[in-house]
Amino acid sequence: MSKDKKESVIESSIKRKYKLQANDVKVWYGDFMAIKGISMDIKPNKVTAFIGPSGCGKSTFLRLFNRMNDYVDGFKMEGEINIDGSNINDKDINVELLRKQVGMVFQKPNPFPKSIFENVAYGLKIQGLKDKAFLEERVESSLKQVALWNEVKDDLNKSALALSGGQQQRLCIARTLAVEPSIILMDEPTSALDPISTAKIEELIYKLKDKYTIVIVTHNMQQASRISDNTAFFYLGELIEYDKTNKIFTNPEKEQTENYITGRFG
Amino acid sequence: MNNIRKNRLKDQAFKIWGIFCTLLGLVLLAVFIGNILVDGIMRIDWEFVMNLPSRKPEKAGIYTALMGSIWVLLLTTLIALPVGIAAAIYLEEYSKKNKLSTILEVNISNLAGVPSIIYGLLGLEVFVRILEMGASVLAGSFTLALLILPIVIVSTREALKAVPKSIRDASFAMGASKWQTVYHQLLPASFGGILTGIILALSRAVGETAPLIVIGALAYVPFAPSSAMDEFSVLPIQIFNWITRPQHGFVENAAAAIIILLLITFVMNGIAVYFRNKWQKKFK
Amino acid sequence: MRKLKELVIERSLLLSALITIAVTVGIVLVLSIEAVNFFSEVSIIDFITDPEWTPLFSDKHFGILPLLSGTLLTSFIAIAFAVPVGLSISIYLSEYAPKSFRRTIKPLLELLAAVPTVVYGFFALMVVTPFLQSFIPGMSSFNSLSAGLVMGIMIIPYISSLSEDALHAVPNSLREAAYGMGSTRLQNSFRVMVPAASSGIIVSIILAISRAIGETMIVAIAAGQQPRLTFDPTVPVETITAYIVQVSLGDVQHDSLEYKTIFAAGITLFVFTFLLNTISYRIRKKFQEKYE
Repeated sequence: MSKDKKESVIESSIKRKYKLQANDVKVWYGDFMAIKGISMDIKPNKVTAFIGPSGCGKSTFLRLFNRMNDYVDGFKMEGEINIDGSNINDKDINVELLRKQVGMVFQKPNPFPKSIFENVAYGLKIQGLKDKAFLEERVESSLKQVALWNEVKDDLNKSALALSGGQQQRLCIARTLAVEPSIILMDEPTSALDPISTAKIEELIYKLKDKYTIVIVTHNMQQASRISDNTAFFYLGELIEYDKTNKIFTNPEKEQTENYITGRFG
Repeated sequence: MNNIRKNRLKDQAFKIWGIFCTLLGLVLLAVFIGNILVDGIMRIDWEFVMNLPSRKPEKAGIYTALMGSIWVLLLTTLIALPVGIAAAIYLEEYSKKNKLSTILEVNISNLAGVPSIIYGLLGLEVFVRILEMGASVLAGSFTLALLILPIVIVSTREALKAVPKSIRDASFAMGASKWQTVYHQLLPASFGGILTGIILALSRAVGETAPLIVIGALAYVPFAPSSAMDEFSVLPIQIFNWITRPQHGFVENAAAAIIILLLITFVMNGIAVYFRNKWQKKFK
Repeated sequence: MRKLKELVIERSLLLSALITIAVTVGIVLVLSIEAVNFFSEVSIIDFITDPEWTPLFSDKHFGILPLLSGTLLTSFIAIAFAVPVGLSISIYLSEYAPKSFRRTIKPLLELLAAVPTVVYGFFALMVVTPFLQSFIPGMSSFNSLSAGLVMGIMIIPYISSLSEDALHAVPNSLREAAYGMGSTRLQNSFRVMVPAASSGIIVSIILAISRAIGETMIVAIAAGQQPRLTFDPTVPVETITAYIVQVSLGDVQHDSLEYKTIFAAGITLFVFTFLLNTISYRIRKKFQEKYE
């Protein structure tokens, strides 16, 4: 084995240890620099929380992992984002395929104005899957994973818009799970929900991490401390501190982090 | 994987189709304007504008029709403007949500969709016959005024709606009455938007042919109108008349007159868009 | 004193608003009175079933069907052309095109609707018909195909603009959801956006149909003046509107039966467009509630 090859094998095995990697990522919207050079590694089957005041770049950063910023006017990016060791901004990466692998749940529940069944089956149908029995089975298992099945199993043909906010959000998670992604990005998924629905979603996130790598942006520091394994604190487009959640909330290294988590600003 | 590539291909194909469709209309418009220019531009000179109609195509001009159009446009503005703006102010600022306001709203939306030729039938019976105006400039102007009334009302309401509520609150808090608020605050603030709507409505009126034919406006009028009760022709009717004549000379005349009509329409639309952009910036 | 002034002003504003009601009442009264006069001389059964319309000849027939078929044929051609094109434009502009492109192209497209219809008539007769004749030998110089196609060009912006507005009004969160699931722009457009904006799109199509049915000058110039019960797009036909123009151009006595025929034709036209407008208004109201 040549030296070169050996090195690259070692390198890729290092990369595998991490599900997601960012190397010196910079983002601009027009002239405004939203992300000022961030590098970080995210481990598989963990819940990683992004916290920080509004406008700190945490949502922008999250949306880099499934390239949701692509359609934003004036968006420009430098640096590298790797998933399972491959650069997702490579020319031959298919962005639709990437998004099937990297699911996303948004701030406000956004079910399609279709039936509950059609919502969950959407991702499979656009891949060209038509087998009815398979679709039904997948819809059922996805709804069961988010503990919505018992509530809606008799109303699968009813409009998803008739569900409550919390149910809609769980439906959106089920919709994401149905295409079997390996990573789920969540952009403040409970900020529009009441406390009871929030508790249900948090419980769900905790259960899901066995099978998925979860990255969650949250405004709510209690939430981050309750559900995440690791926490990253962002401020003004920079990653200030990134460590075990426990450490961040009890003994942060940086003064800015401490100021934020103790509520001195933000 | 195969499916995904197919989906991508379809996506690209639709993009090209979309661009094609978008350009199709514009290219056709360009072809068409080019065609008209070739047919008619050589025919336009000062004499063409100033000559009276004639049986000989090379001697015929658009003077009477042009004057007729200007007369009709001015009178239509005088009639439609006050009524349209007043109705819009009532609906937007005064009326409460009740049965009457619903009826008014449904009615105006319906009027906007009534074909222009139906307004011609209304004008023929009411203005020409019952009110005995004959096929005069005044009858034509009343007919067109009714035709553009819904457009004026709808666009004026849009303009009033765009004025922030805070301006109303501030004015009322200073002790202004409703009318004082409308007159001193809302109308000046929405002026640009109202103007845009009115110019667009008038550009529609200047191109209208069918309702004026129905009320009996003539294709051949020997003199330009000198009063509101005179008979008249307008530019579009003159064009229509020339198109239906067999001699080739008249086709050239029609093309030349179309160039002038299009120039008027496009200039009016351009002015309207200019005011709209200027005015929209004010609130953003 | 001030109170009185305010009251007078309010009342005169109300009066102006009520004029619009008077216009509608006027239209309905004028059309129905003259139409009643007409139907006292011509049986309504004949009007609906007689396959011939020859009121200007000595052998008079008063069947509206030929005029109606002319109207429907030209409108159908226009709609068949304008709906796919207009809808594609709206989807392209709303879901594919860069914002700056959309901003410049939309007013340009709306210019298509600003061109006076008499000008389109000229275009249909002098440019489109000769062009089509080079493909379709035996096509008459007056025909519904060329009139319909040009009418289609005219109504493209009605469909593209209003549909684009409707697509644009769909909350961005749905777009994000669709893309987040791995949809292509095409899948997002047809599986999510178009269904979500369907009421607005339907309204735009209905308005376009109503516009096509009421359009006068293009068909009066390019489709001919021969009432004929046919669906052959290459021969001359006459629409309801073209018939009204034809009679108005002639010297018809005010109380003659010919004079009344244009009101009978007019009320037929009015009923059709009124129904279409009412349907579109209903849908629009429902649609507004959905997003408020």
